[in-house]
Amino acid sequence: MPRHTLSVLVEDTPGVLARVASLFSRRGFNIESLAVGPTEVPQVSRMTVVVNVEGSALEQVTKQLNKLINVLKIVELDPAGSVQREILLVKVKADLETRSHILETVQLFRAKVVDVAPDAVTIEATGNSDKLAALLRVLEPFGIKELVKSGAVAVARGAKSISDRPVRAADRSA
Amino acid sequence: MGEQPAGAQITGAESLVLALEAAGVTDVFGLPGGAILPLYDPLMDSKIRHILVRHEQGAGHAAEGFAAASGRVGVCMATSGPGATNLVTPIADAAMDSVPMVAITGQVPSAAIGTDAFQEADIRGITMPITKHNYLITNADDIPRAVAEAFHIASTGRPGPVLVDVSKDALQALTTFKWPTFIDLPGYHPVTKPHAKQVRDAAAMIIAAKAPVLYVGGGVIRAGASAPLRRLADLTGIPVVTTLMARGAFPDSHPQHLGMPGMHGSVAAVGALQKSDLLITLGARFDDRVTGKLSTFAPNASVIHADIDPAEIGKNRYVDIPIVGDLAEVIPELIIALEAEYAAGDRGDYAAWWVLLNRMRETYPMGYEPPDDGTLSPQYVIERLGIISGPESIFAAGVGQHQMWAAQFIGYEYPNTWLNSGGLGTMGYAVPAAMGAKVGCPDKTVWAVDGDGCFQMTNQELVTCAVNDIPIKVALINNSSLGMVRQWQTLFYNSRYSNTDLHSHRIPDFVKLADAYGCHGLRCESPEDVDTTIEKAMGMNDAPVVIDFVVHRDAMVWPMVAAGASNDEILFARTMAPDWGSDD
Repeated sequence: MPRHTLSVLVEDTPGVLARVASLFSRRGFNIESLAVGPTEVPQVSRMTVVVNVEGSALEQVTKQLNKLINVLKIVELDPAGSVQREILLVKVKADLETRSHILETVQLFRAKVVDVAPDAVTIEATGNSDKLAALLRVLEPFGIKELVKSGAVAVARGAKSISDRPVRAADRSA
Repeated sequence: MGEQPAGAQITGAESLVLALEAAGVTDVFGLPGGAILPLYDPLMDSKIRHILVRHEQGAGHAAEGFAAASGRVGVCMATSGPGATNLVTPIADAAMDSVPMVAITGQVPSAAIGTDAFQEADIRGITMPITKHNYLITNADDIPRAVAEAFHIASTGRPGPVLVDVSKDALQALTTFKWPTFIDLPGYHPVTKPHAKQVRDAAAMIIAAKAPVLYVGGGVIRAGASAPLRRLADLTGIPVVTTLMARGAFPDSHPQHLGMPGMHGSVAAVGALQKSDLLITLGARFDDRVTGKLSTFAPNASVIHADIDPAEIGKNRYVDIPIVGDLAEVIPELIIALEAEYAAGDRGDYAAWWVLLNRMRETYPMGYEPPDDGTLSPQYVIERLGIISGPESIFAAGVGQHQMWAAQFIGYEYPNTWLNSGGLGTMGYAVPAAMGAKVGCPDKTVWAVDGDGCFQMTNQELVTCAVNDIPIKVALINNSSLGMVRQWQTLFYNSRYSNTDLHSHRIPDFVKLADAYGCHGLRCESPEDVDTTIEKAMGMNDAPVVIDFVVHRDAMVWPMVAAGASNDEILFARTMAPDWGSDD
């Protein structure tokens, strides 16, 4: 099923994350990743939701999301017209023999070593999910001890802002 | 409570009562308890009538019945924990059937929230999926705004239930009352005015169609759009079907009315949808009980779908012309667009279509076989009830066979006279909903048409009716079984009646039960007594009446489309399928 990235502007009120997350689950959609944070507008939060759904189902879930009173606006960001980033922290086994190989990989992926221990290094990397997957494939043989990844955040390319018109457009398109 | 000087220090509870008064509330159904006690004290001094129910579920359904009959927002209240969870069923019911309702619940003090305190339940979390919106208020200053928003949200757009949960300390804290002068909800802007181009396209499509049907749903009733619907039908001559939720939206006596579509719809209504080339869908939602197997539903039809909820459009069925808007605006605009087409000389010709429909209607009228052993036929009872009490009456049904018969055999002429639990299918809806309807419309005769299974779920509210002078009438269709389940067991489980025999021809004795509850109790067991018993009940207005109609238990609801089957496989009686002609 195709992957879709939705940017959802919501009022920053208690329970809003639960409202959005439970809507996805009760309408039968699995969220691949979700990231929430503040925006340039006070009291407005932005959720970036990545879902794997067919087009018609996406339309339905978008309409249902729009019915939540605290949801202000929903925009689907297409991969070509947007910048999408995830952050990865990964702890890799590293002894004297493998450490230099690992550091080479880190450089190659423009990642960073953020912590070093005698038998491990912790690497920080940002990028889209394909890049991070590629990095992990290369690191895998060294032995991954621990891995944590954020949900994707995304922003459209160009000068226009999603909050230029903060109130959601009347949905007539159906 | 009356007027308070501006800026006066009052409690949150007093503020909540003032807010309910400001919202225009006249009647509330509820039951107090610990967390909501502070509210009940100032409520005593309010002009708002509080009707003390015997179970919170009754309060919820009463609020629904009040709303469905009167068109105003119904209000129920309960305390925290079990009081609130007892409201869950009616709240879910109101969500499914788009009933404007506000539920007020007490919550444990804010410092105790999250500690598993006595009678604590996260009712906001519990009701998130079944409310249009909900609130947890822990600051007394937020009470007026939350109440104003709750009533606005419940009653506008697609109506629905809104819950306001207020912590006990917020009810006790001092605050000032200020009723908001405007509602600021940046994420809530229901579209009411339809898109002009869509309406024009719809009109052109209607003119071009050869076999159109007005597929009318409960949205027409909620929108108060029955009068424009009537004008639209009269103008175009297009046949009308009214779904279970839309009974009464269009007069049953109207010659263009083909009846109810769906699992237990008339052959003509189901056949009209199946053979149609254009569904003009107004406030209906292509529910599985109407469409049968979706992929074979109305296979040759294009679809115009008008609804106030954009999420309904295209949810189940592809739509050719979507129209988002309030039907009270959409239908008049559509009439104007059609009149423009007519003025230009374009007019639909549905003569051949009516030949087919009339043949269906004449060959397969609604009917039933009376039992040959002289026992009472439930359909006959319900049919007579409709005729004797008349279309000005309000009928609230439970869920099951009696509900379907009440939808099929009572003639409805007006909107808001047929109340039932269509979406959720809540057994036990009838008695409390009838109570609410009678409170909302005290001058109307209000009947609960109930089954013996349903009745035993919520009949404690007869006490509420008796004590509070709410003289509803109950026609108990007592077949001593969970009749609809039994019917399915007959048809699909080799007549193995697992746990559907209620033994209620003996236990309980419903006449004695009515008597114990301070109601009149009557019993009717033979066809010749039906009219006189109903007439006797019609004359009893000093207290609620219960008629125990002891009916034949093997009566079945026909026609029927089996669950998951195609509408083309409708049977008008067991093993009897209609012949729809070979024109396709």
